[in-house]
Amino acid sequence: MIRFDNVSKSYPKQSRPALRDVSLEIEKGEFVFLVGSSGSGKSTFLRLLLREERASHGRVHVLGKDLARLSNWKVPHMRRQLGTVFQDFRLLPNKTVAQNVAFALEVIGKPRGEIRKAVPQVLELVGLGGKEGRMPGELSGGEQQRVAIARAFVNRPMLLIADEPTGNLDPQTSVGIMKLLDRINRTGTTVIMATHDQQIVDQMRKRVIELDQGRLVRDQSRGVYGYQH
Amino acid sequence: MRAQFVLSEIGVGLRRNLTMTFAVIVSVALSLALFGGSLLMNEQVNSMKGYWYDKANVSIYLCNKTDKANFPSCAKGAVTDEQKKQIKADLEKMPIVQDIQFETTDEAYKHYKEQFGNQPLATVVTADQMQESFRVKLKDPTKYEVISSAFQKRPGVQTVEDQKDTLKSLFNLLKYMNWGALGVMFLMLVVALLLIVNTVRVSAFSRRRETGIMRLVGASSFYIQVPFIAEAAVAGLLGGALACVLLVSGQQFLVNDLLATHIDVIRFIGWSAVLTKLPLILATGLLMPALAAFAALWKYLKV
Repeated sequence: MIRFDNVSKSYPKQSRPALRDVSLEIEKGEFVFLVGSSGSGKSTFLRLLLREERASHGRVHVLGKDLARLSNWKVPHMRRQLGTVFQDFRLLPNKTVAQNVAFALEVIGKPRGEIRKAVPQVLELVGLGGKEGRMPGELSGGEQQRVAIARAFVNRPMLLIADEPTGNLDPQTSVGIMKLLDRINRTGTTVIMATHDQQIVDQMRKRVIELDQGRLVRDQSRGVYGYQH
Repeated sequence: MRAQFVLSEIGVGLRRNLTMTFAVIVSVALSLALFGGSLLMNEQVNSMKGYWYDKANVSIYLCNKTDKANFPSCAKGAVTDEQKKQIKADLEKMPIVQDIQFETTDEAYKHYKEQFGNQPLATVVTADQMQESFRVKLKDPTKYEVISSAFQKRPGVQTVEDQKDTLKSLFNLLKYMNWGALGVMFLMLVVALLLIVNTVRVSAFSRRRETGIMRLVGASSFYIQVPFIAEAAVAGLLGGALACVLLVSGQQFLVNDLLATHIDVIRFIGWSAVLTKLPLILATGLLMPALAAFAALWKYLKV
């Protein structure tokens, strides 16, 4: 599903590379936590997956495709098989919940009938049944994140990438979001989640990948957030 | 491509940047109106050229009594009848000559009075001071040199003058004015294009949240860019339509109602010339801003 072969990434004007010689493999259906302090290279890792950046060295394979060889005009099609969720939700404030989710399908040209069917279905799945007509501003943070997850999942992606999805939420709400991500994972979707939330990682007991200064320092199945020092 | 979705996006964009859109429309309209205007002006000048050049003659002025002092070529005094006959005979022999007319001093005086009758100088000029002349019409008006070289140095001939030269300087003036108008148009066009580029960037910036999401969920760059390009194209098309209105009303009120009724000498170009320019102006109004928008987005909305 995902393979990194000796991947390094350095940005221009920065002497220290953001990722150094990272090699790993993630199988279909896995749930993976990506942990590490700020500046450890988590964001770069996710940006490489999304092909927002290209690796400086090494190969990145996502969904069986070598991203270095993927031409620019094919990138959008690749991204349709990925779902993305962010800490700041990134909802459109002037659209309703249902419109926000529908937007993701409209802009990739899905037929209207399909959109009309898929949107209520996915909103039901994330636990927002009955709130289709609300505006994002009227919702709690947890509910907004559910809308964002619904939008990421409505096209049934093979891979869901979550960049600190619980970063803005209180612990109790976070648990709800994690349950939702777990449920999505159980449908067969691979989930990669970057997080700083120690409690969540320790509770879920999933595979943990830790980056430190761009290096892969730990890859542990059923791991915890960090070693006890 | 969902047309309804794209249309609503265009509407939102145009309304959000209402002032900028207005500026784009006006500047596109003005530059395209100038463009069309100078095209028509050019056509007008060409049609006048054809008309006047056709009437233009080569004049061979003959010496009169008073020219002896003023023109070295007339040092031997006024032209004799013998010389006149000889010139006429030689002209008739030349294959390039189509028509020859002789203008007597009296006729010349009459024409002079018609043209300059009101000026103080005209009151002191007498018929004696006028020259007799041959008005020669050529089959090919550009071959003026043939006549000039044959008759310039001949006894009894004062000067050989191509009327076309006089007209030429007039038409050159018109041509330079037309170039000036084209220059102004070009500057206006640059202003319009810069405005469009700026408007599109502002538009892209104010919708960066939407476009960011579109990129994430895998919308093709075509889909992302189309609303912006269409926005510019719609504004440009409105500007083009406005330019057409300006040209049509210019033809109606300025040319047909005003100029044509007061100036009889010039045959003004008609509606067909104006109407054939309109599609070109509309197409330019549509395509040029669209291309400008596309260029502006090139850097901003990368995958």
